Formats: sequence, structure tokens, C-alpha cells
Amino acid sequence: MKKFLCAALLAAAPLCAQTYVIKNATVMTVSKGTFKGSILVKDGKIAEVGEKVMEPTGAKIIDASNQYVIPGIIDCHSHIAVDGSVNEGSVSVSSMVDIKDVINPEDIAIFRALAGGVTTANILHGSANAIGGQTLVLKMRWGKDAQGMIFEGAMPGIKFALGENPKRAGNPQGGRGATVVEARYPATRMGIEDTIRQAFNEAKAYKAEWDAYNAKVAGGEHLIPPRKDLKLEPLKEVLEGKRYIHAHCYRADEILMLIRVADDFGFKIRTFQHVLEGYKVAKEIAAHGAGASTFSDWFAFKVEAIDAIPYNAAIMQKYGVAVSMNSDDAELMRHLNTEAGKAMRYGGVSETEALAMVTINPARQLGIDNRVGSIEAGKDADLAIYDKYPLSDFAKVQKVLIDGNLYFDRDQDVTGRAARQAEKQKLLDKEKQIQQRQQPPRRPGA
Amino acid sequence: MKSLGILIGCAIAAWAASNDTFVIRNADVYPVTGAEMKGVSVLIQDGKIADIGPKIVAPKGMRVVDAKGLRVYPGMIDSGTELGLEEIASVRESVDTGELGEFMPQLRALVAVNPGSEHFGVVRVNGITSVMTFPSTGGHGGGGGGRFGGGEQQLISGQAALIHTDGWTWEDMAVERTAAMHLLFPAIAGRGGRGGGAIPDSVLELISGTAGASYTQARRTYEQQIAKLNDFFDQARQYQKERAAHAPGFKTNLKMEAMIPVLEGKVPMAVSAGRASAIHDAIAFADKQNVKIVFLQPRELGKVAAELKAKNIPVILGRVLALPQAEDDAYDQAFTLPAEAYKAGVKFAFGTFDNEFVRNLPFEAATAVAFGLPYDEALKAVTINPAQIWGVGNELGSVEKGKWADLVVTTGDLLEIQTGIKHLYIKGREVELTNKQTRLYEKYMAR
Repeated sequence: MKKFLCAALLAAAPLCAQTYVIKNATVMTVSKGTFKGSILVKDGKIAEVGEKVMEPTGAKIIDASNQYVIPGIIDCHSHIAVDGSVNEGSVSVSSMVDIKDVINPEDIAIFRALAGGVTTANILHGSANAIGGQTLVLKMRWGKDAQGMIFEGAMPGIKFALGENPKRAGNPQGGRGATVVEARYPATRMGIEDTIRQAFNEAKAYKAEWDAYNAKVAGGEHLIPPRKDLKLEPLKEVLEGKRYIHAHCYRADEILMLIRVADDFGFKIRTFQHVLEGYKVAKEIAAHGAGASTFSDWFAFKVEAIDAIPYNAAIMQKYGVAVSMNSDDAELMRHLNTEAGKAMRYGGVSETEALAMVTINPARQLGIDNRVGSIEAGKDADLAIYDKYPLSDFAKVQKVLIDGNLYFDRDQDVTGRAARQAEKQKLLDKEKQIQQRQQPPRRPGA
Repeated sequence: MKSLGILIGCAIAAWAASNDTFVIRNADVYPVTGAEMKGVSVLIQDGKIADIGPKIVAPKGMRVVDAKGLRVYPGMIDSGTELGLEEIASVRESVDTGELGEFMPQLRALVAVNPGSEHFGVVRVNGITSVMTFPSTGGHGGGGGGRFGGGEQQLISGQAALIHTDGWTWEDMAVERTAAMHLLFPAIAGRGGRGGGAIPDSVLELISGTAGASYTQARRTYEQQIAKLNDFFDQARQYQKERAAHAPGFKTNLKMEAMIPVLEGKVPMAVSAGRASAIHDAIAFADKQNVKIVFLQPRELGKVAAELKAKNIPVILGRVLALPQAEDDAYDQAFTLPAEAYKAGVKFAFGTFDNEFVRNLPFEAATAVAFGLPYDEALKAVTINPAQIWGVGNELGSVEKGKWADLVVTTGDLLEIQTGIKHLYIKGREVELTNKQTRLYEKYMAR
């Protein structure tokens, strides 16, 4: 009967999730200190955390002696799980496009991120346009379909981009063959400011139209609603505080520019992304209340990254900016724990502050800190277990839980390899046999 | 007697003034080639390690660096960089790798090294005291591997140099002017050194139809390139004979001249080859041409590991923190490659193959340890192994008497992120642990 119930409730998987007790671990809660103790995971949530916890009958015990548990890592900037290109480069304001429409749940990068302790990622549109597409927060629920990966209830976002990338299309490098590539406005940082101002000028008028309509409807009038504009709708949401802006940027001047544009129109930047010169305007970023999501030590790959310093995170933190470390890269994403460790090396932030940069801080930046980002009773059981001190390259991920389900287990992965290899070989051999017989594979119905 | 006193006085004054003669006291020394020594002194004279031991007494007046509670390691060596030749990867004007021309053995990376590059200061503060710098690494990151110029067509890109990461001029910096001749070995469906494509040969062969035809075509192109390569070596050998015989009408040819040390076995070929099949073919080529080789950036070893071991061919492993080759490869394929090389008995060192990541060399080595490589082997792979592979095992790579005092004084484990670096010496000269980035840090912390 119970089995049947579980099957029936498969869609609501967390309800049936296994009860786990993670024992004898060094628990790095991020929000409530680090101690030797245990975690009780029940119904997909962290039920209890402490030196000793209740052990319900039937609970599966994970002995984590000499191991470390941290909250599942959150990457505030990723492009994995996107089917095809991440840029809609034809227009400078592409707020009508949405990452939600192109989620590929079978992207192997999801599994690899999971194996690096990542449980949640902010999936963004590319940086080819001043105002880019709509973004989406995913949980790395490998094996689920696209819908099943979406972080339920997370605030929707939109990508903005400043600097070299969005002005690139305004400076074409000549055409292919006889084709002449036409320049697309903007071609300068001045033009980028103008593009954003123009867009919000329109969005403001659009919002006023709707506000007037709504007020009249609320007053009992029957009217034809204004025409919906799919480009301006997300920007209207920004003005209403219902959608976060994640702004790709490098140089201090462009960061300050966007803050002032936002001030003028009365909206907020939720996060500055990459923000490699954020340390030069850390005071202004903090005053605006924006978060900063940066690389630990990338530099010198382009002109606008020339003043990038690995102390960026530490300086911004000192001035009161909530800082996270992001990856923007399917490989880097797999070791954000050591990117956090670098904040300790460069600029000397504390262990907890460093760990916060890949857990609770990105959770705050994405507005999901009530659900994830620290190990506290009542939060989602998204946990990463490391074999050694996790802010070091000597550590590796052993297990990862999302919503209390075991999504990655290194031992299982390693022991299963021989069988997977054998299966692959069998398929290759079969294909070879067919070719050797010089018989083309038969098509169904042929 | 009096004059002797004056003489000694002069000598003391000379010690006090010369900045490459001093004593490090109370240090825990990790020589790499031997067991660690706790609480010992290291005497450095004229830039070289003169003595190590518990009972060294510094002559009066000699500078003493107290290292109580600190560790002394040899400086690290990155075996795959374009340092000094590439400043900003995306700006052509700042990139001097990837020259035009297929066979360019006469090109020297050393002469294009910009000692003023900001990169040197950045890598020094993390304990990297020397690097191999290549005329083109064939790397997948940054501007390397012929992203500019004629690099895409290159087979022999020129001479790589082993250089110190500090010096007034490239002459000062040179440790080994021509440490290797760089060969980008051809591979089917793409260059071996450039990843070589994600589809393994075993799968490529199975693709029928148009795709299969293009495989046959790729195979033919590959064989033509190998033939070209053999022709070039045959020409060089012919040239070598004529030169030795003072043949009538002999004319000096700079390309051919550059090949002679390779033919004589004095300079190894550093061969970029990613796939096992390319490595296998390159070994056959080296056997045929009777030249010494070192592999750069193999992405897989598999069956060729035994071959490498049998023929005593070392490899320079690329970034450990890299994605697997194919979609269905184990997620930790690149993480475990060093352990695989070690278990197979293949001698190896690490290279980062992207100027942006050179400073992470120790962390890459640590990752290999997390995935099965014994710790001591990781340490060797960034110190003594590269020194030996590049022919300077008697000069660098360990804390031993007679070697250059390329030393890093640390608060802890050299490969650990959390470890601080307190002093850095190159040829016994203390190098300031500052760079443009630390200066910007200080400036903006005080805003």
C-alpha cells in the first residue's frame, strides 16, 4: 500500500524521499557556525541539525566520519543546460526571449556540475545585447525533465550586458565573402547607456498605460486593455520590482553608469555579474544595494579584464557588498569550493565568509535564501559532502543531495563505470558487425 | 695581519652588499629530492645553494633571514606557457605566438619574451620561479595555439625556452635558450594538440555515408602531413651530412641549422598530441627519425601509457581542471589522468597551457592528489621532474647544494590555496611579492 502511495505521488517526489541521518560529520552550516555533528534529512528538508539528532527508525545512515558537509553550492552565473546558442544577437534589446524555452535537461554539464557539489544555478542568456533575455534558476535534478529542474518560486530575472560584448555587434569585423556585415547599434559604451535608457523610457510609458487601465478597472470601468508588449513586459516587471536584473559588466565606469540609470528610473540592479572592476566602485555598489557575482582570478583575457585582480571579492566585501563567486563556465563550475578558497588567499576573508560566497550569498542574490544556501532546520536538504576540508583542492565531492534525494554518489559512479563501458563496447561491436556484413542498418518499415 | 683584517672586513662588506649571498635560518626545508629537514639553515652564496644543515653558522655580517615556523621549497616550474609572448589574449597586437609558416624551427620564443609583462609578477607571487615559454602551445585557452597569424597551419612552430620569471632582459631570464623544439603533431579531424576533436577514432571509423567519406578524406590529409613532416626531417638530415662533409657549394640554411641540435639528440621535440592514437603515431615518427621527444598535453593515455613507459618518454600534462574529452567519459577523466600516468610509470610534469592560469599551477597539482596521485609525485611534477625533463636537473628543481637558489618560503604546504608566501628568491635574489594587482588592491582598500 505504501509502495503504491509512493508511486502515485511520484510527481511530488520529496514527500517520498528517503529519510537520511548524516552522522559524525564536520557540519559547516555557513549561517550558524561549524561543528562536529549530524543532520537529519526528512521529506526533502533539513529536519534537524546539531551535535546529536533524532534517528528515526528506517532512516538511512550516512557515516560521514572525517568528512565535511556544506550547503549545496549555488552558481549565480551559468550557461549550462541551454539548448543551442545562448545569444539572440539580432537586436540590442532582446527582453522578449526566455531561457525557460530552451532548457535541455540532458546536458551532461548538469551531471558534471552536480559532481562538483553544485545544487542550484542561475541560467542566463548571453552577453551580446545591452538588454538580454530572461533568466531562470534551476536545481541540478539530473534525470528530471526541463520542468522538473526549475527552482519553484524563484524570482525571475533578466540579463543585462555592458562593455565590450554588447558593443561588438556595432563594430563588425567585415563580412564573409561578398556579404557585408551591417553594424548594429550600439557601438560604444555611450550607446549602451542610451539603449538602456530608451528601453526604460518606453517601459515607463507602457507601465503608466497599464497602471491607468488597472486603476480604472479597479474603479469599476469596463475598458479594452492596452496591447501587451512582450519586449516591454519584463522591463515593466523590473520597474515593479518583480524581476531581478543580473548585469554583466567589467569596468568601473559602466557599473556606475548603470547604477545612475537605475536611480533615474527608480529600479534596482540585483547583481552585477563578473564585475571585475567592482572593487573600484565598491562603495557605490554597496550604496545601491546590489550584489556582486565575480570570478575569483580570471584576468588578461581581454582589454576590459586588464585591471581584474583576485582581491576583488575581498575588497567589495569590505565595503559591504554581498559577494558571490560564479563560474560562467561548465568546467569552473565543478570547483567553486576552491574559488571560494581563493578569497581567503587573496584578501584574507574568513572561512565562513568565503564559503558564504558560493552558498548563502548567491542564494540571497537570487532571492532563494529562505530555501537554500545554509544548513538550517526547515531549509531544503541540498547538501554536498566532501572527503576533506572543502576550501582546498585536496578535497573532492563524495555525495550530493538535492531535496533530500541522493543525486550524486562518487562511489556508485566509480563502481558503475565498468558496466557502462561494457555496454558502450557492446553497441560499438554490434555496429561494427553490421558494417562488416556490409549491410546498411535497416530502417523501420523499410 | 692588519691587512688580512681589512681583507676580511671587505669580504664582510661584500656579503652585506651583495643580495644573492645570505642565510635562511630555522627553516623546515622540503628539498623534494629527499626527506624534509626540520629547523635547518640554508646558506646561499652567489645565487647558489652552498650548504643546508642544522649547524651552519652565518659569518658575521652576513644577512640572515629568520624562517622560524616557515617552510622552504624549490620554486615551481610550469612546463607549458606563452609567458612574455602573450599579454592580452584577445588583442592581436599583444600576442606574439603563432607565426606564419608550416616549418619554422628557426623561430626563438626567447627573443620575443617581454620582461615587462605583468604576467611575470602575477605568477611569481604564487611561487612560480621558472616556466617553459612556447612559440605556440597549441593550447585551447587564451590566444594560444595559433589563434592569430598562421598558427593553424603550423607543424613546427619554433624553439621553446626555459626562463626565470624575473630578470631585466630576456638574456637575464634565460635558463635554457632552446629547451625544446615544438612540433604540433597532425591528427585526424583536427590537431592533436588542439583537443583533436571529441569523437574517438573507434567511433569515427563507424560513421558511414557522407560523414564517413569525410573521414577517409581527413585520413588522407593526415597521411600527407605525416609524409611532409618526414620529408622535412629527411632534408634536415641531408643538410646535416652536407654540412659535416663541407660539401662543395654548401649554403647555410637557417631552418636546417635550427634542426641540427634536434637531430643530434641535444634538444628534444616537444610534441603536442592529444589523443592516444596521435601519441602512438608520434612515437613511431620519433623512432623512425631517431629524435628525443616529450609530449605536451595528452588528453588520454590508455594503451599508449605502456609504450611511453617502455621508451622512457616523458609527458607534460595539461590542466588537471579540465572537462572530459567525450560526453560519456567519466566526469573526473582529466582529474585522474596524472594518477593514471603515475601508475603506468610514465614520467610527467605539469603545464597550464594558458597564461591566465599559470598562477594556479600548484592548485592543479593538488587536484591531481585529490584524485589519486601520491602527494610527493604532485610536488615533483612542478619542481624536479620538469627540471630533469628540460635538461636542467642539475641546476633547478630541488633544494640541493650546488643548485640555483630558486626558493619559496611559505607558511605551509606549497600546493594548498590557503598557504601564504613570505619570500621568493630567484638565483638567490629576493624578489618582491608585489605586482600590479597587489598595488591596485592596496590603492582601493584605502579609498
